[in-house]
Amino acid sequence: MELFSRKTRGGRRAATVAAVAVSVALLATGCAAGGSTDGGTDSAGGGGDNTMAFLPKQLNNPYTDVVLGGGEDGAKEAGFTSQVLGPLEASASAQIPFIEQATQEGSKVIVIAANDPDAVGPSLQTAREAGAKIVAFDSDTNPDYRDIFISQVVAKDVALIQLEIISEQIGGAGDIAILSATATATNQNEWIKFMEEELASNPDYKDIKLVAKVYGDDDADKSFQETQGLLSSYPDLKGIISPTTVGIAAAAKYLSTSDYKGKVALTGLGLPNEMREFVKDGTVKEFALWDPAQLGYVAAFAGKALVDGTITGAEGDTFDAGDLGEITVGEGGVAIVGPPTRFNADNIDDYDF
Amino acid sequence: MSIDTARPPVHTDHGGPLHAVRGFFRSREIPVAGALIALVIITTVINPRFLSPQSVKDLMLNATIVIILAVGQALVIITENVDLSIGSILGLVAFGTGTLFNAWPGVPIPLVFLGGMLFGAVLGAINGFLVTAAKVPALVITLGTMYIFRGILTSWAGSKQYFSGDNPKAFGNLSVDVFLGIPIITIVAIVVVIAVGIFMHSVRAGRDLYAIGSDRDAARLFGIAVGPRVLAAFVASGALTGLAGVLYTSRYNSVGALTGSGLELDVVAAVVVGGVAISGGTGTVFGAAIGAVLLSTITSSLTATRVDKFWQQAFVGMLILAAIIVDRAVSVRNARKLRVSESRDV
Repeated sequence: MELFSRKTRGGRRAATVAAVAVSVALLATGCAAGGSTDGGTDSAGGGGDNTMAFLPKQLNNPYTDVVLGGGEDGAKEAGFTSQVLGPLEASASAQIPFIEQATQEGSKVIVIAANDPDAVGPSLQTAREAGAKIVAFDSDTNPDYRDIFISQVVAKDVALIQLEIISEQIGGAGDIAILSATATATNQNEWIKFMEEELASNPDYKDIKLVAKVYGDDDADKSFQETQGLLSSYPDLKGIISPTTVGIAAAAKYLSTSDYKGKVALTGLGLPNEMREFVKDGTVKEFALWDPAQLGYVAAFAGKALVDGTITGAEGDTFDAGDLGEITVGEGGVAIVGPPTRFNADNIDDYDF
Repeated sequence: MSIDTARPPVHTDHGGPLHAVRGFFRSREIPVAGALIALVIITTVINPRFLSPQSVKDLMLNATIVIILAVGQALVIITENVDLSIGSILGLVAFGTGTLFNAWPGVPIPLVFLGGMLFGAVLGAINGFLVTAAKVPALVITLGTMYIFRGILTSWAGSKQYFSGDNPKAFGNLSVDVFLGIPIITIVAIVVVIAVGIFMHSVRAGRDLYAIGSDRDAARLFGIAVGPRVLAAFVASGALTGLAGVLYTSRYNSVGALTGSGLELDVVAAVVVGGVAISGGTGTVFGAAIGAVLLSTITSSLTATRVDKFWQQAFVGMLILAAIIVDRAVSVRNARKLRVSESRDV
């Protein structure tokens, strides 16, 4: 093997050049591949006339895809061409270049799920000055920067439906625990707060005791271990509520493969495609979520109504939302799409997201 | 000529059973194993259900995938390199496994394992080739391939995810079924540890890896095929990561674009805690495996004793620092002892 170390200078240089070439080639393909989604322009929009730009929190998120699918359908029905722009990672500043791009291309409507309510403010302001209408959906911006916010459901309804389901399944009495996402997630904490208030105030739930709140950080592995921890720390645990799609799926997978299957109830917010297996094998009887496609659909029609000038986003305005009928704008320029849906063995096959 | 001369200058005590005993207690694996046993005992005292049959099975399952990854990583670290791309490789293989089952539902399961390991080995070979040919530190190369592999996965997978329901039941059952009380996939991990452990201890090629990690130039002068050996270590690490990727798909409920991200640092931590020096040349795959079990057990034990989540990361950090300090102390003492014994020989 002396050969290897005593290679001629030229030979070694050739090897180095080859290695560098391979890495450059790899980088190039990696970047090119990333680029196609990174600067994602899903449909040939670009024209200024009747374009609607959708800016989700991040691309390549299964939930977001369903929302955007509904949005594209809605935009089409409302007579707009749509394009999807967005970052691969959900970070506060990542959306700004895409807002600027949409503004330069002269989009009539920018539909945005904000990663940070304030960080996107100045660029949205610029977009408005250029004549675009701003519809926030899924996650609100600071109200100063948008015309209307389309909210999927009332936060309190989401919290209450999960309590209702767990109470039905454990017979209205016993210890329960919550498996949440991160300890800092705003929506999670809001739902948990509503659940705690309801448990304390509603006499129907007086025999239900919330014994623990744990955080799986929306990571399959951590959520798995947190579920194990709950079950081994609380022998009397009757049920688990997991108001996050990652958490409920991980908990369901664990329960379905453990001795606790069928003994401990599980519900929360889940995606039908991810939960189908566990509903069919009896690990989970029923869980809740909204239909995310409706969110995008309504946002598209709200954009059309703003462009047409039929609404301004003020309280009491009403607009037509295609198949979903008429939607009324509530306090603070917030329009609610509808109540949460329950998914169980009877209806889960009707949904594909 | 015996390869023994190329062994790293670590405690190789010769003669006398007393020496053997002393060597046993001085080995790096013992304190780690001791910490693991103490952890299990303390947790069980606080929460007796920690050793219930279900919980023991969970502990073994939790450790399985990290054990396999740690063995592969140990091979690379022993040669004074590191492979940061394993999280991305695991993601690619896991998603590939899901894709394979989706495209060809009746595919024989052994073929899936073989394909996964081959895929991982190819990706590992890319790392190994870049590291050995470009002569750039592995840290930088594998940091680059970590992003490249992840980028390829992200564009391949998009928002597509494969769920455990899409895979054959027999495949998912691998991480549920037990043989003599031990989950099947854990048995796979144990076999891997023993096989690689024997290879590293007794086979010349394995000893070569230690020699390379101790002193690369000396190893080269000695006639060891440094480049091919390092390349082989990366290929082996890639293949083991591929195996772990297939097992990941069996165990968890979904695989997608983000599968395995961030895993590489957990694995490096497990390896270092298990007594494999990041500077190469010392440590064993047994130690790395025990380190992996220790770290995954800490997580379970902190959740079982209801200790705040924050402490888990702090604990892991303290263990890493402790491992490095022990490492340093041992090498300083060994250096001093070597000096003394050499001067005596003169």
